[in-house]
Amino acid sequence: MSAVLKVEELAKGFTLHLQGGLGFQVLRDEQLVVNAGECVALTGPSGAGKSTLMRCLQGNYGADSGRIMLAHRGGMVDLAAADARLVREIRRETLGYVSQFLRVIPRVSARDVVAEPLLARGMAPDEAEARATALLTRLNLPPRLHGLPPATFSGGEQQRVNLARGFAPDYPILLLDEPTASLDAANRDVVIGLIHEAKSRGAALVGIFHDIEVRDRVADRTHEILALEEAA
Amino acid sequence: MNAIPPLNRPDAAYNFAYLDEATKRMIRRAILKALAIPGHQIPFGAREMPLPYGWGTGGIQVTAAILGPRDVLKVIDQGADDTTNAVSIRRFFARVADVQTTTRTADASIIQTRHRIPERALTEGQVMVFQVPMPEPLFKLEPRLAETRRLHALGDYSLAQVKLYEDIAKQGESGSSYAHPVMVGGRYLMSPSPIPGFDNPKLHNSPAIMLFGAGREKKIYAVPPYTTVESLDFDDHPFKPVRAPQRCTACGSTTSYLDEIIADDQGGRMFVCSDTDHCAENQGI
Amino acid sequence: MTAPLLESSGLHLRFGAVRALDGVAIDIWPGEVVAIVGESGSGKSTLLRVLAGQIDADAGSVLYRDTDGVTQDIPALSEAGRRSLMRSEWGFVHQNARDGLRMGISAGGNIGERLMSAGGRHYGRIRAEAADWMARVEMDPDRIDETPRNFSGGMQQRLQIARCLVTQPRLVFMDEPTGGLDVSVQAKLLDLIRGLVAKLGLAVLFVTHDIAAARLLAHRIVVMRHGRIVEEGLADRVLDDPQHEYTQLLVASVLAA
Repeated sequence: MSAVLKVEELAKGFTLHLQGGLGFQVLRDEQLVVNAGECVALTGPSGAGKSTLMRCLQGNYGADSGRIMLAHRGGMVDLAAADARLVREIRRETLGYVSQFLRVIPRVSARDVVAEPLLARGMAPDEAEARATALLTRLNLPPRLHGLPPATFSGGEQQRVNLARGFAPDYPILLLDEPTASLDAANRDVVIGLIHEAKSRGAALVGIFHDIEVRDRVADRTHEILALEEAA
Repeated sequence: MNAIPPLNRPDAAYNFAYLDEATKRMIRRAILKALAIPGHQIPFGAREMPLPYGWGTGGIQVTAAILGPRDVLKVIDQGADDTTNAVSIRRFFARVADVQTTTRTADASIIQTRHRIPERALTEGQVMVFQVPMPEPLFKLEPRLAETRRLHALGDYSLAQVKLYEDIAKQGESGSSYAHPVMVGGRYLMSPSPIPGFDNPKLHNSPAIMLFGAGREKKIYAVPPYTTVESLDFDDHPFKPVRAPQRCTACGSTTSYLDEIIADDQGGRMFVCSDTDHCAENQGI
Repeated sequence: MTAPLLESSGLHLRFGAVRALDGVAIDIWPGEVVAIVGESGSGKSTLLRVLAGQIDADAGSVLYRDTDGVTQDIPALSEAGRRSLMRSEWGFVHQNARDGLRMGISAGGNIGERLMSAGGRHYGRIRAEAADWMARVEMDPDRIDETPRNFSGGMQQRLQIARCLVTQPRLVFMDEPTGGLDVSVQAKLLDLIRGLVAKLGLAVLFVTHDIAAARLLAHRIVVMRHGRIVEEGLADRVLDDPQHEYTQLLVASVLAA
């Protein structure tokens, strides 16, 4: 088993300049190793920093110190030190992310939302479209919706578009933030199936799952984030 | 009481060809520079002349500067030797320069013109002097003169091409039947003065010297002999010199540029050669 | 893709007592969309004009790598060189369509001018390409012979964009391309720009005070204040995890949709 994601001594805090410079620390000396083919569930009390860690892992939040080492293009790179272009390259090729909410882009159809990361990786348009359609179908999104922009979709439908987009490219590392939050039982099972398939092709997954049943069925182990005391 | 000499006799009260020698020298320098940079407009210190702007003050100054006692001068206006403007300019030089004048294109060493180039092919040693109202070919497209100078310097003539595009888009053909812009020597865009497009090809590789004088705008430019002069066009809409598809009522020519003349009070019309000398020659007069 | 298209550093420019640029450095890579955000007077439009060679800085360098891989020193480039870049490899979309269009020339002539200045001499092809580009910016090609005066503000901007993109530039500068338009018109225009930029792989440097526009279009965001870059980085990180006090203020000032 090889580690494809290594978090080392990660620290992350916030300084709110508009609140008179109020500062608080969320993560300190965070350590995490995830191997290929493994799914790790982040646990811990609400507000402890699970989402902050997820955002750091995605590059959405910058790290104050420490390293986030990722297997990328045959070597290990430090996401925490990567510049904007490298982060974009890592996100395109290596690191997938399924957020809780879909950031809706006006006038782009559900199918194109899903196909976009495939096209960015150089897949032929018809192949990308076929793959997007297959995934949306598997996630039980009615075909009549495939060609429509998801802006008017329900929360559950948007979530499935989001999942399809995250699972469409076979990312080596995939981050899942509450992937089943607004899904019914049938679709939850589809997502669990997708996670199992990703693991068996060797992907490393890190997720936040509030649904204990889902967590138990997909996670190999848990990683607990403990709340730090607020630093003034 | 001193008798006023007749208008078409030499008048010793004037310096030869009216202008003083220093002014002529200044204008000749501008002409030499213009010949050295074909199609490029050279500023010069235009003088007040004894006729209003728009009557050919630029052309007259150029003619005055190059005229010598052995020259034979022809002056045409719209192709005709016998219109008021042509007659008075010819008389003016006969009086102030004592030169021989003619209406025969073949006999002339200098031909001052407004709006035409003679039909008869010009020869080496002949000089055409054009009267130019507006020397700047980009004038209607770019009102800032500083910017037009910059565009000339950069050789950026897409604006003139855009104008042609607009003409074709609106009228189906490039509309400028007069003063259709030309590229001189592959470098400078030039207004050929308001000659009909029909005459543009006569500028191309002509053995004669072409001098252009704009009095009000104080500019001189030139096309030296055997210089390429190409009318702006598109590959799929090539420039076509146009003439009325009639034959001259007087001489029968089917190739010369024709003027349409209303012949009677019933609206009857006829077409005759605009170049009166050419027409006379055809008729053997 | 191993070198930036445009590299600049040490840019200083004063307008009297005002430091419009105070030690600015910025690079733009091929295919990268960079937003410069900041309030009025922050120096963002000045920076755009300096990088595009429209005004000269007091000090600093701006280098551009052209299609042939030759590095062009923009401040040292002749005006002919700058103009030639601006009508071939570069494009500039102005906030005010009047600055970017010829208002008395038809839509087709406006788009076609760039082709003609690049040597296009075939009327039919120029016209066909202009019509094609009108369609690509979602304008009715039947209106090809109308002048920009007949078009709405949003349509004028589309025409400006078509005019810029027709010669397939590599780097496009945009100064508040959606400024002064109705909100719904803005959204459609941003969406159009987003699609074209992605499809053509253009590098874009655009100035905006609209944070939502920056989020939608930009890969990278540069925050300017008082002639300095106070923060820059990955677009979503700058907006979701702003570090500088001023950036936090900018982000906090945006109404949540």
